[in-house]
Amino acid sequence: MMYEIRDLKLSFPDISRKPLLGPVPRIEVLKGLSFDVPKGVVLGIVGGSGSGKSTLGRAMLRLLEPTGGTIRFDGQDITHTPEEHLRAVRQRFQMIFQDPMSSLNPRRRVGAIISGPLRLHGMTDLRSRVNEALDMVGLPRNFATRYPHELSGGQRQRVGIARAIALRPEFILADEIVSGLDVSSQAQVLNLLEELVRDLGLTLAFVSHDLSVIRRLCDRTLVLHHGMIVEEGATAALFDAPQTAYTQELLAAIPLPDPDQPWR
Amino acid sequence: MNSFLEVRNLNLSLKAGMPILRSVSLNVAAGQVHGLVGESGAGKSMIGKAVLGTLPRALQVTSGEIWLDGVNLNSLPTAERRKTIGAKAALIPQDPLTALNPSKRIGPQITRRLVDILGWQKSDAEARAVELLHEVHIPDPARVMKSYPHELSGGMRQRILIASAFAAEPKLIIADEPTTALDVTVQKQILRLIAEMQQRHDTALLFVTHDLGVVSKTCDTLSVLYAGKVIEEARMRRFFTRPIHPYSAALLKATPTYTNPRGSLTPVPQSVIDATEREVREHDMRASR
Repeated sequence: MMYEIRDLKLSFPDISRKPLLGPVPRIEVLKGLSFDVPKGVVLGIVGGSGSGKSTLGRAMLRLLEPTGGTIRFDGQDITHTPEEHLRAVRQRFQMIFQDPMSSLNPRRRVGAIISGPLRLHGMTDLRSRVNEALDMVGLPRNFATRYPHELSGGQRQRVGIARAIALRPEFILADEIVSGLDVSSQAQVLNLLEELVRDLGLTLAFVSHDLSVIRRLCDRTLVLHHGMIVEEGATAALFDAPQTAYTQELLAAIPLPDPDQPWR
Repeated sequence: MNSFLEVRNLNLSLKAGMPILRSVSLNVAAGQVHGLVGESGAGKSMIGKAVLGTLPRALQVTSGEIWLDGVNLNSLPTAERRKTIGAKAALIPQDPLTALNPSKRIGPQITRRLVDILGWQKSDAEARAVELLHEVHIPDPARVMKSYPHELSGGMRQRILIASAFAAEPKLIIADEPTTALDVTVQKQILRLIAEMQQRHDTALLFVTHDLGVVSKTCDTLSVLYAGKVIEEARMRRFFTRPIHPYSAALLKATPTYTNPRGSLTPVPQSVIDATEREVREHDMRASR
């Protein structure tokens, strides 16, 4: 198992409801989630806004510390591992962000952006690793000298992917990585991701609000609603026969590019 | 069929000279819904802005006419043009959070337009606002009138902007990606609401979106834009069953659908992009001659 997650809970202090005296009330974002992510699987995490899907992703990478439950990564309990011990594990799981414009430093060239994490993890031979990463995401090697603003949205997202895979991680979290892209570049980025998962034997968690994309890409799907898992299963089965009212409602709400779809 | 909005050969460019819209023509009949689709940067929002007279300063109309309800807007002096547009057209914007002033209550934000621009009495405007909030299915309108935008959800805020757009009984609504910031379930409610309001008030609607799924649920006719040029104009059903332009067909294939996971998500082939680019260049050469 890549991940074994049991009764995961996470809450934030809700400053807006703080009384004059007394403790800050907490708002529970994840309300006890349990699921497994087998190795080599592409897991889709869907849900509406505020369902906790991004928070769940960030907890899995320990960018957030859970308030309850356990997270085991490849058998190792990382629920409360302190930051200095986490670093060794961090190399094994990486993240691709939603908005490449705000997750790529505008003042650094693509080469430096990709080699940054490599240097941090004490790797050598940076130039050839950067070249290799650019090759894998289908960008020309001379892009290493360009700045993010010189690239198109789809190309920027490829740089984000290159940075994540350059470390040769075992697990990648992709958080809404195509929601800002046009359909044509979206198709390219998703096809690339699918190829990389296959070629590098990655395990991938793909957070998205777009069920059509999830259907195309993911082996398993987990539906979140108000911080709870409402349904989890093999993607094809879940889409063919959704068991819960919430999943059915989500599916029925998607406008397909088909004038004959009963929708009203 | 009489057009309520008619755009004739509109050319728009950056003041530096780069073309943004290339001889765009389109008609929207009274009570009809026309979609404007295209990828980002295709210029679809700019058409709406040109009609409403809200183009960014860096852009200028180099040629072409915009007719609204039988009046050529270019022929009017500025003040009168603004008055005509204000009375006959309104916008439903994309992002309900930036479109509302965070430091003002909802009520005055809806009534302002009626009081300041159309010269209504304040009490009449307030009564009308409450009535409109009812119409867009907002529970407890009196309370919402006194709320601030941050106290309301995204869907509620978008409902308020819809109410506000219909306040002065315009005959043309321009909806610029009105549901892009929303969840699918909320999106469905909002699209239904826009359709319901559009039919009840019998307004023409220009619907700007990049989402072909949304177009297929909302529009009667549509124009597909590429690099500021209309490459295909079609009735909705014909477009989805038999798209004529190769780029339109490729766009449909690139759109993911959960019902046909293997047959969707084909990237637009480079050959199609090249051919469409060539078409745009040929247009520019003809235009400069």
